[in-house]
Amino acid sequence: MAFWIASSPHNHTQNETSSLMRLVIYATVPGIFAQWYFFGWGNIIHISLAIIAAFIAEFSVLSLRKKKISPELLDGSAILTAVLLGISIPALAPWWISVFGVIFAIVIVKQLYGGLGHNPFNPAMAAYVMLLISFPVQMTLWQPPLSLMAFDLDFENTLTAIFTGFTNDGFSTDQLRLHVDGYTMATPLDTLKTNLTLGLTVSESFKSPIFGQHFGIGWEWINLGFLAGGILLIAKKAIDWVTPVSFLASLFICSLIAFLISPDSSASTMFHWFSGATMLGAFFILTDPVSGATSTKGRIVFAALAGLLVYLIRKFGGYPDAIAFAVLLCNMSAPLIDQYTRPRTYGHQGEMK
Amino acid sequence: MKSIIERIKKGHFWQFHGGIHPPEQKFLTNDKPIRTVELPQELIIPLQQHIGQSGELLIKPGDKVLKGQQLTQFSSPMAVPVHAPTSGLVTAVKPSTIAHPSGLNDLCIFITPDGEDKWQERKSCENFYQLSQHELISKIANAGIAGMGGAGFPTHIKTNTQSSVNYLIINAAECEPYITADDLLIREQSTTIIDGIKILDLLLKPEYILIGIEDNKPEAIKVLKQGTKDIEKIIVCVLPTKYPTGGEKQLIKALTGLEVPSDKLPLSLGIVMQNVATCYAIADAVINDTPLLKRVVTITGQALEKPQNIWALLGTPINYLLAQCGYLINNDKHLIMGGPMMGFSLANDNVPIVKTTNCILAPSEEEISTKTKEVDCIRCGQCADVCPSQLLPQELQWSAKAKDHNQLMKLNLFDCIDCGACAYVCPSQIPLVQYYRVAKAEIRQQQILDLQAEKAKGRFEARKLRLDKEKLAREAKHKKAAEARKAAMNNKTASGKSATSAVAAALARVKAKKLGAKAPQEENIVNVSDITQRTSDLSDKQSQVAIVIAKAKANKEAVKAVNSVANEKNETTTKIVKEKTTKDKALDITLVVEQKKEMTKAATEHSTTPTLAIADDNKEIKRKEAVAKIMAKKKIKKQQEIETK
Repeated sequence: MAFWIASSPHNHTQNETSSLMRLVIYATVPGIFAQWYFFGWGNIIHISLAIIAAFIAEFSVLSLRKKKISPELLDGSAILTAVLLGISIPALAPWWISVFGVIFAIVIVKQLYGGLGHNPFNPAMAAYVMLLISFPVQMTLWQPPLSLMAFDLDFENTLTAIFTGFTNDGFSTDQLRLHVDGYTMATPLDTLKTNLTLGLTVSESFKSPIFGQHFGIGWEWINLGFLAGGILLIAKKAIDWVTPVSFLASLFICSLIAFLISPDSSASTMFHWFSGATMLGAFFILTDPVSGATSTKGRIVFAALAGLLVYLIRKFGGYPDAIAFAVLLCNMSAPLIDQYTRPRTYGHQGEMK
Repeated sequence: MKSIIERIKKGHFWQFHGGIHPPEQKFLTNDKPIRTVELPQELIIPLQQHIGQSGELLIKPGDKVLKGQQLTQFSSPMAVPVHAPTSGLVTAVKPSTIAHPSGLNDLCIFITPDGEDKWQERKSCENFYQLSQHELISKIANAGIAGMGGAGFPTHIKTNTQSSVNYLIINAAECEPYITADDLLIREQSTTIIDGIKILDLLLKPEYILIGIEDNKPEAIKVLKQGTKDIEKIIVCVLPTKYPTGGEKQLIKALTGLEVPSDKLPLSLGIVMQNVATCYAIADAVINDTPLLKRVVTITGQALEKPQNIWALLGTPINYLLAQCGYLINNDKHLIMGGPMMGFSLANDNVPIVKTTNCILAPSEEEISTKTKEVDCIRCGQCADVCPSQLLPQELQWSAKAKDHNQLMKLNLFDCIDCGACAYVCPSQIPLVQYYRVAKAEIRQQQILDLQAEKAKGRFEARKLRLDKEKLAREAKHKKAAEARKAAMNNKTASGKSATSAVAAALARVKAKKLGAKAPQEENIVNVSDITQRTSDLSDKQSQVAIVIAKAKANKEAVKAVNSVANEKNETTTKIVKEKTTKDKALDITLVVEQKKEMTKAATEHSTTPTLAIADDNKEIKRKEAVAKIMAKKKIKKQQEIETK
């Protein structure tokens, strides 16, 4: 007869990290679906590649570190990193971009810092930045939405384009990027930035077909997809609502101020919300608990700082989108933010020493 | 205070931070009346069942005891007596497993009931309003009442306060899942409980009495409201169900909006809190002269066929009660004393019910899993969201793992109330509370060690000071003696009249002879080395380096001095020898002495260092040299230490 001895509390919500991760992965589905609908199979192929590479990388490092493999491999965090990176990569980028990126994310950004829970930077975003800096050509292979493309792009063609650089019909990825009108395509954010430097006003550049009727064909729906997924996460209490709200509010305020001062050279607030990776960043990247701030106050500061940085980089920086850079900068400041936003303990007056 | 009361009367309460809503599971037991069970075969009564000290034994094995008979005596104020729960025979007084997380043994009284349940003489009190404050408190103290909510603080201390009390809070929240003992007690014994509250009112004279109860006990709320509707002072406060509303600090915050300052008692805010079961025990003790012999215990969990509340005699072994409720598991038992959040698992089912036991939980494996699936923290911060003390559990956890005690203190580890909310919600299933418990124990241990080290240091320093003082005194004494001797010598040689001067003269003569005979250089070398040693003795505050340099210099100078002095001396001695024949003996001797003095003076002047007065006493010189050597050695050591640092 044995007695089970354990320390209190004895009961538990039975929540698990892996189920949390799974939920977050499911929540990306609407956004991925929108990507597929408007841009074809590219991202789904990259996501699959990234997941396979992530598994292999995670398995190798865990065995080298002599860790228990099955619980950590199946905790879903590697898959989530792979999914987020796969979403961020241009659909027609060569296959090794996502593979190399995810290996960097898992091996260097995550495992070398001590594995899940110990990485100071968001692995997907760190990998994205690494890729963007190291392979600028491949990382800007953004294709136009399918409706604006000069060529048909089915699954088979996308697959061969990603693996060989040419479609079955012999078109190169550069040709694929051609617009129906013969222009080389860029993202709405990119187009706007280029146009503004060319001296066009915002309203003039919005005449470009890529913007469609609102803020960019496809992009607005992708952002709406991620917004929907994010709201699901908040409803399921998987993420705290404070971070996305603070981030979006900060971005809104920054862009509103600029828009009020100079409407011709500044995009509208909603353009900032619904273009690029804004919603993905707000609900899926900044809410990464590992690399973020922990207290509620800290999260408000953290996300507001991210919003400000995103705006500043989009407006004044060298890159059209800024989520990844802003996230990394905020990751760096998270410990400091935590240090200064500690809550007042019950029964203690004033601030903490 | 008025605004607080107005708010409360409107049913508006404050929110304490965090909190959780674990499955309540109170339905298992809250629909059945409290059952009384037959006497068990044996009662095991631990001497200590509360915070404080245990009393002294009043009985010995073999004694017959009556029901209610006092078994221990209390000599210190923090001690509380225990009583015989039924009449019977004391079979043994020996260590046995006690109801404590450690599962350790402590002294227990074993009583075999005789089945007669015969009371000792009791004097019931019809009207407790006639009793004096002192009488009431001594009745409570003699009845052995200690807080029955869990902590077991001696009640007579809590009720005996000089400071004015604004609020008396009766804790009927019973926020732990599963437990329904207080709920059922209120439903069945509300009159006695309210009598107990009235007695507390007499003792504490609070401005208001607030009964804090969670809204998941509708029947108990109804009964309490019914029972207290004529008493203006008493307000039944129905709080939303949330764990840990029943925590003392949390209940105070929820009812009054006040926070008990860290390291202080609620009394500092003019608040006293008592548990409902304690109120019942107080009334029973004062009115019926019945000491604390039994209590309601919830025996619950899905491993039982008939979970229920039982009036259990203190000392009843748990296995007896489990058998009464149809315990289904024979192997791999998992028994928890207390609730699932703050209770502790038992290492043994022969542990007795004590004054603070409100629940025995016997869960099935599906209900409370014994598997642990701890993985790394992902900093999700859910623990911080639910912490009622507004701590940062994850940071505490990291610091606890790193054993960073300073950081733990900065993060207010000791404000943690062990409620377990953080560990309950943790998706990584980290046993956070366990880490804090270990860290708290380590820090307490370290504090004890630090205190001991501090004491030892104090002792050492006092000793050092004393030794130094003694040494200085000794040196001063020796110096004085040496000076006195020198002075005496000078006087005597100068006068050259007394009897002792003749001895000195003889000595001087011998020396002079020696000087003449010996090779003057040799003698001088000895002299110089002598001087340098003395030098080191004198230059107390100089560093060893300086000494070494000085020595080197002295040696050089000495060689020079030796040469010059030797020449001089050769001349002087020959002079003396020549003059010896013509001059008076005494004069002769004084001359020699003076010559010698001059000679040493010359040597010392050459070596540029001061010398001690030359004492003729050989012993004295030797001793001083030894001291000088030791000191020089010490200095070298010191110097080396400084350098290595």
